[in-house]
Amino acid sequence: MAIPVAYNLRNLIVRKTTTIMTALGIALTVAVLLAILAMVGGLRSSLESTGNPLHVLVMRKGANAELSSVVTPALFQDLKFKPGIVASKSGEPMASLEMVTVINLESVDAPQGMNVTLRGISALGLEMRPDLKLLSGRWFEPGKREVVVGEAIEKRFPGARVGRKLRFGRGEWEVVGIMSAGRSANNSEIFADLNQVSADYQRADALSSVLLRATDAITANALINDIKNDRKLNMEAISEKAYYEAQTVSGRLIETLGIFVAIIMGIGSSFAAMNTMYAAVARRGKEIGTLRVLGFSRGSILFSFFVESVLLAVLGGLLGCILVLPLNGLTTGVGNFITFSEIDFNFRVTPQIMGYGVVFAMILGALGGLFPARNASRKEILVALRGA
Amino acid sequence: MFRFLPLVLKNSWRNRRRTTLTILSISISLALLGTMMAIYHAFYLSDVPQSQALRLVVRNRISLAVPMPEFYAEKIRQIPGVQEVAPYQWFGGVYKDQRETKNMFARFAVDPEKLITVRGEMKIPEDQKQAFIHDRTGCLMGKVLADKLGLHVGDRVLIKGDIFAVNLEFTLRAIFEAPENNEVLYFSRKYLEEALGGRMQGNVGTFWILADSPSSVPRIAKAVDDTFDNSPVRTKTESERAFALSFIAFLGNVKVILLSICGAVTFTILLVSANTIAMSVRERVREVGVLKTLGYTRGLILSIILGEAVSISILGGAFGLAIASLLCGVVRQGPAFSDDLKRLSIQPPVAIACLLVAAFIGLISAFVPAWNASRISIVEALRSSE
Repeated sequence: MAIPVAYNLRNLIVRKTTTIMTALGIALTVAVLLAILAMVGGLRSSLESTGNPLHVLVMRKGANAELSSVVTPALFQDLKFKPGIVASKSGEPMASLEMVTVINLESVDAPQGMNVTLRGISALGLEMRPDLKLLSGRWFEPGKREVVVGEAIEKRFPGARVGRKLRFGRGEWEVVGIMSAGRSANNSEIFADLNQVSADYQRADALSSVLLRATDAITANALINDIKNDRKLNMEAISEKAYYEAQTVSGRLIETLGIFVAIIMGIGSSFAAMNTMYAAVARRGKEIGTLRVLGFSRGSILFSFFVESVLLAVLGGLLGCILVLPLNGLTTGVGNFITFSEIDFNFRVTPQIMGYGVVFAMILGALGGLFPARNASRKEILVALRGA
Repeated sequence: MFRFLPLVLKNSWRNRRRTTLTILSISISLALLGTMMAIYHAFYLSDVPQSQALRLVVRNRISLAVPMPEFYAEKIRQIPGVQEVAPYQWFGGVYKDQRETKNMFARFAVDPEKLITVRGEMKIPEDQKQAFIHDRTGCLMGKVLADKLGLHVGDRVLIKGDIFAVNLEFTLRAIFEAPENNEVLYFSRKYLEEALGGRMQGNVGTFWILADSPSSVPRIAKAVDDTFDNSPVRTKTESERAFALSFIAFLGNVKVILLSICGAVTFTILLVSANTIAMSVRERVREVGVLKTLGYTRGLILSIILGEAVSISILGGAFGLAIASLLCGVVRQGPAFSDDLKRLSIQPPVAIACLLVAAFIGLISAFVPAWNASRISIVEALRSSE
């Protein structure tokens, strides 16, 4: 027969100082793990929600990012008429020639400036991104030195407000609008008119990439293979989704660091839990003896102490979740070694991550509770009753 | 005072299991704290190696990925205090299998003679140096890297291009020895330009400047940026150290991450040790009563308990440092991402800081229980049932 869990709960409450201290130790460990997971999770979700699976991104062979790719207008003309591309409202193929470069914006947090992606884009390119929404102002007009900035940039760079001017390329550009792109990486970009940008950077013949929209998923694959195998083009094609997903490597170093730290702290905390449980077992010798006299088996004593340790750890885990909750939604930026620019994203403390935290805490509690519980179950009834 | 040392030691070894667990728990947490502090120290507090103190790096203000015109080198050379300017072009590329960390190393196209002047700390045998300068398809690599890859002078090295759509084959002509920045391959820019068929269009990624004295470094940095302030391509010039740190800053706010981990770890150890010490003092209240009857003063009892806590936590700290130096070894084996991490070790200031933290934690965590125990009245203490 099992010992009721209420017995363990009461015990934890009676020794509240020790319980709280041990639980807090576990809570901090869980909080470190969760903070890093929330950060990496935010980065992942930002990159993974960018990109339409029907979109095909075309770059020069060998280029692993739009930044290092070069596409000429002549090549674009050839690409546009590949089979499998959807027609736009005006009847043209949905193909957008774009230029991507990185500019340096100075901000209050970083007086030496931070790198931000600038995208020269046409009206068709905007039409191909239906998730884009204007939050304020208007879109840039073709032929004018006007830009629309992503909302993540507007939050972090005080200079990027509607009506203000940014200095890059050959002069000043007026901010005419703020756009939202959901959680996608476009949120950390600045959009401007393709012709104006390419003229400023003297790159009218050397643009960066072409975005195509295929009619369906199967055609998208066919289109990718068609472009890859076209020796005359000598271009690389990849689905837009896959392109952004590949960039999540940026978060891997921090994730590795976080998991490494959490595991080491976890070992430390499970020793602490073990200490607490041993003390509990030592003090409750008489209780254990009494329970045995009442007919509870060694197994149920073992199980009961084990459960108590896990309960203690779960308490810590939940506390840890509460500790990281204020991080939720906090914006931060991380550099991206593929695009050489910053991606801004929010910490995301999701239920799934919190679940991981509680499971991690349970593992700590289980490791810490196993030996003390075995110790408790092995006590001889007489010795236990006679003990302190 | 030291008369009581045996008593302190005996007391702390009384509940062996608990003491062992406490020491283990403190040492593991302190190992982590030590490693984090060592990383922090390496990034932000360590002295600049002598060879780096004279060097500056110029890059395009917009981004490291955007090149600068080659002719800037001539203008930079005219700035007083500049001894040599070496153009560097990042090649990127893939050597064999990118998934193996030893194959991830930096590759730069350079002007061999200028590179050798600017990186004067490199030791290269004279015959190898001449061979590298005169062979257009030759390359130079650090001894550490050559040993890792198992390459010897005369071997072939093939790098597949990614940013540049060419594959380059080199002959390893020279191997250098240097105190830092060893995991790198240098080759001639002429070779790259020929392979690309003139597509470099006179552009360069970065310029590395050798200054005449460390004191002129800030002045030169400002002078270079001022020179190009009104050009279409503006520059950003900083010391080699600051340049290396800007890479680390790129990973996010590393300073805040490191410091918050350190804070969380310290606080956790504090909780753990306070908890254990409180437990062990509570068990011994009756004993305190006996000691008091024997004439031990309040202050003496306080210091005996504090001494026990401090000796346990310092022991934990010492073990922790030993584990931390092992962890530093693991970090040193990581990919060639930051040269500072390649040389990571526990420096004396870090070791001292760690032990101080340990002692401090012992004192703080024992203070409340020790204070209460020392103030309890004899009668109450003797009557205590625990």
